[in-house]
Amino acid sequence: MDKGKAVMGAGRRWAVDFSDQSTVPSSRDILDPPGFSRASPEQDDSATSRQKKDAEATWKLQQKAWEVAQSPFKNLMMMGFMMWMAGNTVHLFSIGITFSALWQPLSALQSVGKIFESFKDNKVELLMPKLVFLALNLGGLALGIWKLNTLGLLPTHASDWVSSLPPPQEVEHSGGGFAFH
Amino acid sequence: MAMAIKASLLLLVFLSSAIVSFSLYEDQVGLMDWHQRYIGKVKHAVFHTQKAGRKRVIVSTEENVVASLDLRHGEIFWRHVLGTNDAIDGVEIALGKCRNHLHYMWCSAISGYVITLSSQGSTLRAWNLPDGQMVWETSLHSAQISKSLLSVPINLKVDKDYPILAFGGGYLHAVSAIDGERVLQPPESSIIYVLGFLHSSEAVVYQIDSKTGEVVAEKSMVFPDGFSGAVSSVSSDKIVVLDSTRSILVTIGFLDGDISFQKTPVSDLVEDSGNAEILSPLLSNMVAVKVNRRTIFVRVGGEGKLEVVDSLSDETAMSVSLPVADDQVAFASAHHEGSKIQLMVKLVDDLETVLLRESIEMDQHRGRVDKVFINNYIKTDMSNGFRALIVMEDHSLLLLQQGAIVWSREEGLASVTDVTTAELPVEKDGVSVAKVEHTLVDWLKGHMLKLKGSLLLASPEDVAAIQEMRMKSSGRSKLTRDHNGFRKLFIALTRAGKLFALHTGDGRIVWSMLLNSPSKSEACERPSGISLYQWQVPHHHAMDENPSVLVVGRCGSDSSAPGVLSFVDVYTGKEISSSDIGHSVVRVMPLPFTDSTEQRLHLIADTEGHVHLYPKTSEALSIFQREFQNVYWYTVEGDDGIIRGHGMKSSCAGETADEYCFTTKELWTVVFPSESEKIISTLTRKPNEVVHTQAKVNTDQDLLYKYVSRNLLFVATVSPKGAGEIGSVTPEESALVVYLIDTITGRILHRLSHQGCQGPVHAVFSENWVVYHYFNLRAHKYEVTVVEIYDQSRAENKNVWKLVLGKHNLTAPISSYSRPEMFTKSQSYFFAQSVKTIAVTSTAKGITSKQLLIGTIGDQILALDKRFVDPRRTLNPSQAEKEEGIIPLTDSLPIIPQSYITHSLKVEGLRGIVTAPAKLESTTHVFAYGVDLFYTRLAPSKTYDSLADDFSYALLLITIVALVAAIYITWVISEKKELSEKWR
Repeated sequence: MDKGKAVMGAGRRWAVDFSDQSTVPSSRDILDPPGFSRASPEQDDSATSRQKKDAEATWKLQQKAWEVAQSPFKNLMMMGFMMWMAGNTVHLFSIGITFSALWQPLSALQSVGKIFESFKDNKVELLMPKLVFLALNLGGLALGIWKLNTLGLLPTHASDWVSSLPPPQEVEHSGGGFAFH
Repeated sequence: MAMAIKASLLLLVFLSSAIVSFSLYEDQVGLMDWHQRYIGKVKHAVFHTQKAGRKRVIVSTEENVVASLDLRHGEIFWRHVLGTNDAIDGVEIALGKCRNHLHYMWCSAISGYVITLSSQGSTLRAWNLPDGQMVWETSLHSAQISKSLLSVPINLKVDKDYPILAFGGGYLHAVSAIDGERVLQPPESSIIYVLGFLHSSEAVVYQIDSKTGEVVAEKSMVFPDGFSGAVSSVSSDKIVVLDSTRSILVTIGFLDGDISFQKTPVSDLVEDSGNAEILSPLLSNMVAVKVNRRTIFVRVGGEGKLEVVDSLSDETAMSVSLPVADDQVAFASAHHEGSKIQLMVKLVDDLETVLLRESIEMDQHRGRVDKVFINNYIKTDMSNGFRALIVMEDHSLLLLQQGAIVWSREEGLASVTDVTTAELPVEKDGVSVAKVEHTLVDWLKGHMLKLKGSLLLASPEDVAAIQEMRMKSSGRSKLTRDHNGFRKLFIALTRAGKLFALHTGDGRIVWSMLLNSPSKSEACERPSGISLYQWQVPHHHAMDENPSVLVVGRCGSDSSAPGVLSFVDVYTGKEISSSDIGHSVVRVMPLPFTDSTEQRLHLIADTEGHVHLYPKTSEALSIFQREFQNVYWYTVEGDDGIIRGHGMKSSCAGETADEYCFTTKELWTVVFPSESEKIISTLTRKPNEVVHTQAKVNTDQDLLYKYVSRNLLFVATVSPKGAGEIGSVTPEESALVVYLIDTITGRILHRLSHQGCQGPVHAVFSENWVVYHYFNLRAHKYEVTVVEIYDQSRAENKNVWKLVLGKHNLTAPISSYSRPEMFTKSQSYFFAQSVKTIAVTSTAKGITSKQLLIGTIGDQILALDKRFVDPRRTLNPSQAEKEEGIIPLTDSLPIIPQSYITHSLKVEGLRGIVTAPAKLESTTHVFAYGVDLFYTRLAPSKTYDSLADDFSYALLLITIVALVAAIYITWVISEKKELSEKWR
């Protein structure tokens, strides 16, 4: 490097501008080095590398999108564990867990557009991640609802619909008993 | 971590299923309960007014109470309630243990005994006069049922002891007052003359040696016409009786063992006489005869000659004669004159001499004077003063002295026969609550005190102040309706035919009304009240009407006597109207229909099998005719063992009939075999009970449909041999059978037989279950059995979607003729106590869980959760069942001392428990009556819908203020910090 510097510093004798893409060498007094062809496919090369870069970015984005799409799965697992921990009786703990299990997927579903906005690109395929995300969240929701049901908070039994029914009216009326003494 | 969470969860589960038991802290006693002590209608009274010791009067009553009352204030010094079969025949004061030869009067003043003779003269007891402790009890041998007499002769002295003569069951006993032993060794012999009657037509005189008890001589004489009625002994050797035609007075002399009869027709004494009746007072040489609506005094001359000396109106009450100074004997008489009563004390020998004449203003609703007891005292000017204890027609007890009522006791409330509830008037606008309640400062002060109390900072004075404040708090005795429905009236009908309205807040009498006050018409003399019904309960579209109750009464004691209806305004206690209905009253049946003014329709059945509709309006008639085919009634004939069902047939025909009278036809009969079953108890559900739901949900969401019907009759029968007392039969001879009978169709829905069991059966019927209590002869224990009835025919209604869409017929009206199939679940438990009555709590909507209220033999009330009598109890309930609150099965029901709702009190002579819902769903009113009255409010599932009484509003307020302050301060700090951050 020192040599080069020294050379450079001492005064430039010649230079080849590789980036000069003009095909006409006349502007320069020095001929092109032998074997150097100005019509080399240099341009194509850089394009492919850029393409490659782009593809890489896209791939990364895609990957990230997938990652985001799959993130509810972890949640799901954790929720499942928490639910198992909470047991099947209705009290503060189990209710809290169940409602958070219901709330998280719901809020996620609401903001699904926002979450995937950062991956928005023409080239990034977002449909599938979105679908997976949706599916997983729906799964979470289902899990929450299932939990709600196991807690007995969903009106899925006949008893839930009957217990508010008053006893039927009677058509006949009767009274009587022992005679007064 | 997981373990800890699980453990805490388990703990939560455990806590939520822990048994909730009712209990009170000591300082909560009297906050919402009250207790009133009574003694009942006084039969005998003995004054004890010697100078030494406190002045008192010893009384015995028709409620079998012997009590000592303070003569100054009327308070009870002590009292004893004897059993229901232990009627008191006589009460006397006798000498107790006197060490040396004290004077009789002096001795009785310091250590007297109260002697009572009870149970038809078979039990003699002595109670210590000052404190009422029982000193001795002697059971006297008795052979047959007869009138019993008690006498403490003060001139018969046997070896430092004054023996008591008691007659009963055909035997005469001389008993020592000291220890209750039979007197055996009297030092000197004397002859006791005893006159008796044989077969009501033969008089016998016995001469008995008081030393040995041997009959020295006996002489009898037949009186061919026969005797009847009461005996009046006029002197030591003469008595007067009536013959069997009740028109001839017979004077029987038995001087020296000879019997002589002397007949005097009553018509010789008074003109146009009817049946005569001898009044019981003991006047010397005089007999009082009630004839022709007059009371005449007849003097018995030396030779048995009778002469009328005075006559009074028949509503005069007279006392027993009382010796006053100088060998004179006086008696008192009291009668009504307008709104006053005249009290007169006269000398027996000289009826012209009136020692005392007083007229006292008397509340009209006390009725006539029934009994008078007099006592004399020496005034400061050495003249005789008299005080009179009078018993009025409404059973109240009053002490009159110097022309004024010194004190009065409402003893009618000791014999409550029927109870119903009523609302208080709504608070009118314009009456500011703030004026009645405290000012804001007082309110704050009060709450600060309470806060101090709850933070354990209160000094003893503060605690006392808190307690006092709670007792007076929140206008609990105001005469208006409150938001929670805690203030109500209990309307009680007493045996004397008087209505009392008692306030739930403090138990005071808001108003009282005698049904047969003297101002009433003569058409029905002395009607007796039978039962009480809510006639008009305005709550929807007749708010401006006052609620009223219907009192059904009867003119006379016979069941065919014409009935009387009386309508009483609940707010004012005034009778709105009353009517003689012209037919007898056998049964009253409130119908589930009301007219446009919210008057409830009632059917009254008479002895001829007709029913009469009330109110007699065309509107009521049209309502009734719409439901004509659907109205049934049934009769239980306990003696024959028959239950009959009747339906409506047509309007009455005949000249006396009106359009409100209907004939009935017999539809069905259930005949119990008379050789093996005897009806001892029947029971239906309370008609006004509210049931919240028809479904019963089991652990795994399994569904059972309750069979909830008002037309169910619970009948208990025992074998005729086992109808007697417990233990009178062997287990093999006795069986108890219970039935559930549909009263529309006569169908027996369920029959359960308990071999080797015996009554009495006490039962309670609510919703779809019956709980009954009986005695198991094999196990020698009381048992409680629960039977729950479920509807099988509805059980298929389990499809959720059909239920969601409403495609079911669960709320469609049902008919008993559709013959619903049902099944029952039952379970039995031992119960350690004998029971007097059982009731169940009732709430406004029927959501709150129920408690059984068991009136025990100790006159206390035990609250037992219905969960203890649940047929689903098993030995090892599953986890889910435990979570649901099912208690593991035990062989006997627990008696938790804290769940006695009467805490330390006793409702003496407990006869009934009435529950009524408050407006607040969690709360129920409980009213128990017997000789005493007791009221409390219960919350079977705790007060889940309101804050506790002792909730500290001050603490809440302080917390809120502190939080607001904290928020403000932190806001200021954060603002400052932000500002300084920005400046940096």
